[in-house]
Parts: sequence; C-alpha cells; structure tokens
Amino acid sequence: MLDLIKHFFIALKQVFTGSRNYYIWIAFLGFWILLGLGTYMIQLKEGLIVTAMRDQVSWGFYLSNFTFLVGVAAAGVLLVIPAYIYNFKPIKEIVLFGEMLAITAISMCIMFIMADIGRPDRVWHLIPFIGTMNFPASLLAWDVLVLNGYLFLNLAVVLYVLYRIAHNKDYSMAVVRPLVIMSIPWAISIHTVTAFLYNGLPARPFWNASILAPRFLASAFAAGPAIMILLFQIIRKISPLEIDNKAINKIAELIAYALGFNLFLFGAEMFKEFYSGTVHMAPLQYMYFGLHGHNRLVPWMWMAFIFNLIAFALFLSTRARENPVTLNLACSLVIVGVYVEKGMGLVIPGFIPGALGEIYEYSPTNHELLIAIGIWALGALLYTLMLKFVIPVYTGELRFSDGMRVSAKVVSGQEEPALPEQGAGGMVPDQGS
Amino acid sequence: MTKYGKNTVRETKVSRRDLLKGAALSAAAAALPAADAKASVWEAFFQRHFQELNAREMEKVISRLEMEYAEKYGKEIKISTTKPLPGVLFGYGLDISRCIGCRRCVYACVEENNQSRDPQIHWITVLRFKKGDKWVSDMESADKYYNPDKVPEPGYFYMPTQCQQCENPPCVKVCPTQATWSEDDGIVVVDYNWCIGCRYCMAACPYGARHFNWMKPGLPAEEINTKTHYLGNRPRYSGVVEKCTFCIQRTRNEKGPYPACVEICPVGARKFGNLLDPKSEIRYCIENKRIFRLKEDLNTHPKFFYFFAT
Repeated sequence: MLDLIKHFFIALKQVFTGSRNYYIWIAFLGFWILLGLGTYMIQLKEGLIVTAMRDQVSWGFYLSNFTFLVGVAAAGVLLVIPAYIYNFKPIKEIVLFGEMLAITAISMCIMFIMADIGRPDRVWHLIPFIGTMNFPASLLAWDVLVLNGYLFLNLAVVLYVLYRIAHNKDYSMAVVRPLVIMSIPWAISIHTVTAFLYNGLPARPFWNASILAPRFLASAFAAGPAIMILLFQIIRKISPLEIDNKAINKIAELIAYALGFNLFLFGAEMFKEFYSGTVHMAPLQYMYFGLHGHNRLVPWMWMAFIFNLIAFALFLSTRARENPVTLNLACSLVIVGVYVEKGMGLVIPGFIPGALGEIYEYSPTNHELLIAIGIWALGALLYTLMLKFVIPVYTGELRFSDGMRVSAKVVSGQEEPALPEQGAGGMVPDQGS
Repeated sequence: MTKYGKNTVRETKVSRRDLLKGAALSAAAAALPAADAKASVWEAFFQRHFQELNAREMEKVISRLEMEYAEKYGKEIKISTTKPLPGVLFGYGLDISRCIGCRRCVYACVEENNQSRDPQIHWITVLRFKKGDKWVSDMESADKYYNPDKVPEPGYFYMPTQCQQCENPPCVKVCPTQATWSEDDGIVVVDYNWCIGCRYCMAACPYGARHFNWMKPGLPAEEINTKTHYLGNRPRYSGVVEKCTFCIQRTRNEKGPYPACVEICPVGARKFGNLLDPKSEIRYCIENKRIFRLKEDLNTHPKFFYFFAT
C-alpha cells in the first residue's frame, strides 16, 4: 500500500514537471477545458435549450462527436491485428500508444454522452443491478456495456504492462496476449453496436439501411489510424522514443484499404437511393443537393467527399505514403472527411425530414461548440498526461524500483538510459517464435 | 404486460436498491436531522422506478412529490396512481373527413395536461395537406404551422397526430432505463422521475409524438390543472421526455370522462373507448368504417385509428 502511494507520487511528479513548451500546452488545454466546463455549468442550469437541438432534431453535435470518437477507439486495434496476428515487430512496439488512444477516445465518448443527456444526475439508472438497465432490448444498454468493457480491457493491458516495466520486471505474454486478442472482436463490436444503435430505428430510413454498420467500420479504420500516424510523428519528435518508419508505412497501407472500402460502400448507398428514387432518398438529397431550399449541410458533405477522395488517391500511392508531407496531408484530409461524414453527416440527416415531414435545419450553438471543444481539450490533456508518464517508463528513464530508477531528469539523447534488456522499446520479445 | 416482456422490472433488483437507498437515506438523515427540504433532495435522488415501489413506498413518494409541487407552485396538486382497469384496452378513432383543423384539441390538451406554455409543448400536432398532395406515406408536404384567419380552408384537409399508443412501441424497446413502458390498458407512459433524458425514444418514434423539456417548463401556477396522475399530467421537469397518455388521469375511471381532446372537438371527429368492449364506439368505428393506421409498414400496430365517416 505504502509502495502504491509512493508510486503515485512518482507519477504525479513526473506529470507535473516538464519543459516550458509542456506548460504552455497544458495551459492552452486548461483554458479550453475551463471554458467548456463553465459553459457546461450554464447548460446544466438553463437546460439543453442552450443547444440548437429541438424536438425535430433531437440529437446533434454531441452525438456526432460521440459517434466519430467510437471510431477513433478502433485505432488501437488496427495496430493489434498486424502486431499479434502477423507478428509485425515495428508495430508491436507501439501498440500501447494505440491502446492509450482508445482509452482517451472512450473517455471522451462518455463525456459527450454526459453532455448530451438531459438528466446527468440520473445516469445511475443505467447501471446494471443498481438501476434498471433495459438489456437486451435497448441498443443503448448494449453500447454502455461494450464501451465500458472496451475501456476496462484497454486499461487493464496498459496498466499491467506499465506496472511490470516500471518495476523492471518481465510481463507475461500469457496475460497480455488473450487480452489484446480479445480486444480485436471487442473493438469491432463497439462499432457495430454503435452503428446498430442508429440502424435499428425504422422510424429513420436514413439510418435504417444495412450498409450502416459496414460503413461505420470502414470509416473508423480509416480515420482512427490516421490520427495515430499524426500522433506517432509528434511523439517521435518531442520524445526520445523511436518509432520505426516501417510501422507508419504499414498503418498508412491499411488506411488505404479501409478508405477504399468506405468509398465503395458510399457509392453503393448513393446508387441504391438515387437510382431507385423513392421517398427514402430525401435525407441524401438534403445532404448533397439540398431539400426544398434547405441546404446547410451541402458544402460540408461535398467537402468531406472530396477530402476522402484526395486522401484515397494519396494513400494509394506508395511514394505519397512514404513522403511525410503528402502522408500528413492525406491523414489530415481523411480525419476531417470522416469527422464530417460520420459526425454531423450521419446524425443530422437521420432527422431530416422529420417523422412528420418537417425540415428543421440544425447547426450547433456556441454553447455546444464550447462544450465540445472543452471535451476535446480534456481528451488531449488526458493523452498528454498519459504520454508524459508512459514515455519515460517505456524508454527506461523512469523506474519505480529504487535500485534501477534512473532519474527522470536525464536529458534525452545525451545519454542512453540503461535499458534493461526486457523493457527496451516496451513490448516483449516474442515468445511464440 | 406486453408480449415483448421488456417492461417488467425484475423483483430481484429491489433488495439491492433498497439497501443502497436505505444506506443513503440514513446517511442523509443522520447528517440533516431536521432539514426536511434537504432530506427530500436525497429522497428524490434515490427515488426508485415507479414499477418497483410497493404500496408504502409509493405513498411516501407521492406525498413528497405533492410537497415539492406545493412548494414550487404554491398550490395543492393531487397526484393519483390509479391502476389500469381490468378488461380495458384503450383505442382512439379520428375521423379525417370531419376534422376542420381548428386546433382546439391542441390547446385543450395543453391545459388539461399541464404542458409547458413557454416554450410551448404540444402533444397533438395537426398537419395540413393540400388536397391532391402526397400525404399518408410521405409527409414532406405537410404543414404544421398553417395560420389562416378561418378554418377549414378550401382546398386543404387536416390530419391531427399524437401518440399512437402502439401495441409494439419502438420507443419502449429502445429506452435504456425502462423509464417508459406500456401499461395493461395499452397506454404508453413515462416515469418523469426515472427518465435520464437521452432522447433515444424520440429518435425511435415514427410519429413525432415524444417531446422533450429543453428547459424548465414554463407553467404558470394559476393555469395548473391540479387533478393529476403520476404517469400523466403532473408537472414535468427540465430534461425529461413527455407524451400523450390518453388523459390517463381522466380515463382510468369506470365512467370516466373522455380525454380532453375528444371532449373539446367541435365537430365530433374524435372517438375514444375500450377496444375489448364489443359495444364501444371505437369498436363500432373499426367494424363499420374504412380505417387505416399511420405508417403501418413499420409494424408498430397503433391503437389510433383514422377513418372516413363520410
């Protein structure tokens, strides 16, 4: 117990000491977090009337961000597949960072849900055994279970591995492997269940299309890893951590497949709706051409489509993938493209036209934007703090066990920290081969 | 209970929550021995699902709520918890050929059921269609904001909509906390103290029948209907969903009055009765008129029947 407290303070100290840029970054995030928190207090007091949501469009920007972030949580697993199924070493070394991104994304998902519900004080009604969770009938109940399960699964792996490394001990592959293998179907399930949440509503023909779940997966496996690629390059730049170019190239290649598949599914959906030309094409018409003079989403949807198209062309070319400039451009394009397509472009058209044919054009209010920015900042802070602690543990600069602990002050590059054979670069030597 | 069986809250959960609530309440009681109002905050927080309350707990909840309402609105509001009458399944008929689009039903409903006046919440929406336009399966040409000097207007007809009290209600299926359910007399109700305000039911409802309290309901004390039902027209809270209950506070009586909308309709376009009673008016309409139900393709099986008397 005493040890735990001591370790906690070591971690705390590590997280609170940093360079000037680190403090500036934290202060920047802190500013937006406080602003978001203040706005959330206003929302709690006034009610959801401060948002642009109304009875006609009863879900909006919060749920859009939630949906996108469920997709981001997949990034981790796309690393796990090549690392453990195909035994691809360069990626194996960075799996932990993908899992931390998943933890961050799921935490943000939970925050967006808390921002969205009218009675956050009653959220305990959802908890199994304490509340009256409507399982298995409600897909929202399923989502609560799978999202939290995924969160704990990733937390378990990250905490276990870090704890062992920080103590200079080997971690057992017999413990880690089943957990990471389990996280593969689990990651697919969080996407599928979130897609089914929308998909299972015959009242909303736009969502009630079987193509929804496959499209969710395809777009998630494109945007999530794109975020990872950008993050890896930042991590590599600001820390002594080595990340092999081979890992990044491999991830970029996987994005190309996912994005191609996403575009194909998009085409299939467009064909079905526009060629058959039934009343169910109204939401798509609203998105891409405007409906009865209402066209607020049109420029956004075309922008997203063009971004995805350009990104696909870039990801397809090996040369563009290997050039950092075009790679980062392609990653940014696909992130923005999918954010629009799977966020507002998925949630809003479900309600347009409404159940009684009404068209209510939604665009988020400043309150919604500030709260959302606050949550993104909080997510960025969470990931930053995790990195701040994990990277030195990973590189061997920070150890809990007294004898081996090298001061965290070691300046990177000046001196190779004494890496124990095991901990170097994090993930284990392969015991399977 | 309905054949879908998702509405019953299992008894086994009671003991656990009893414990939790008991612990919390005694903690609260110990901390605030004399402060009634503050103790009530905790009691409100830990109030359990309506269907899990036993008679004694129900009594306590009702008296606390009545106290809260009295404090808030400065007048006595009676909350009944009348159970469904045996052998009753409510059905509703609406004669489209008679409706003149006057919206008296909309406002009679607002008054009877204590809806928010500002912002306005209407449980009934009257849609206006141009004769000859698409209507039943494509409502894009519906106008719900029509505002002429006089109704009916030549060249138009009207179709009021409200909760269709589906036998297979998609809203009940999706609710993550079982805060909404079908009662034995077929009325779909909401426990305003259990709803978490996720609005999944609003996305699931094909009839736009569910409404959300986007802010504290603006309900002037002098306009309150003080005769209320727990599952019906008692004043609502910010952040919860509400809907038509066939005037549960009126209609759960042997010789109960009709719902307010039926009573007010100046042209007799609205019919209401017991579907299980072969001699009821609603059964007569179903057996003798050409009826249809909205969005039948969704298999929601509404108990709200549109027909043409002439």
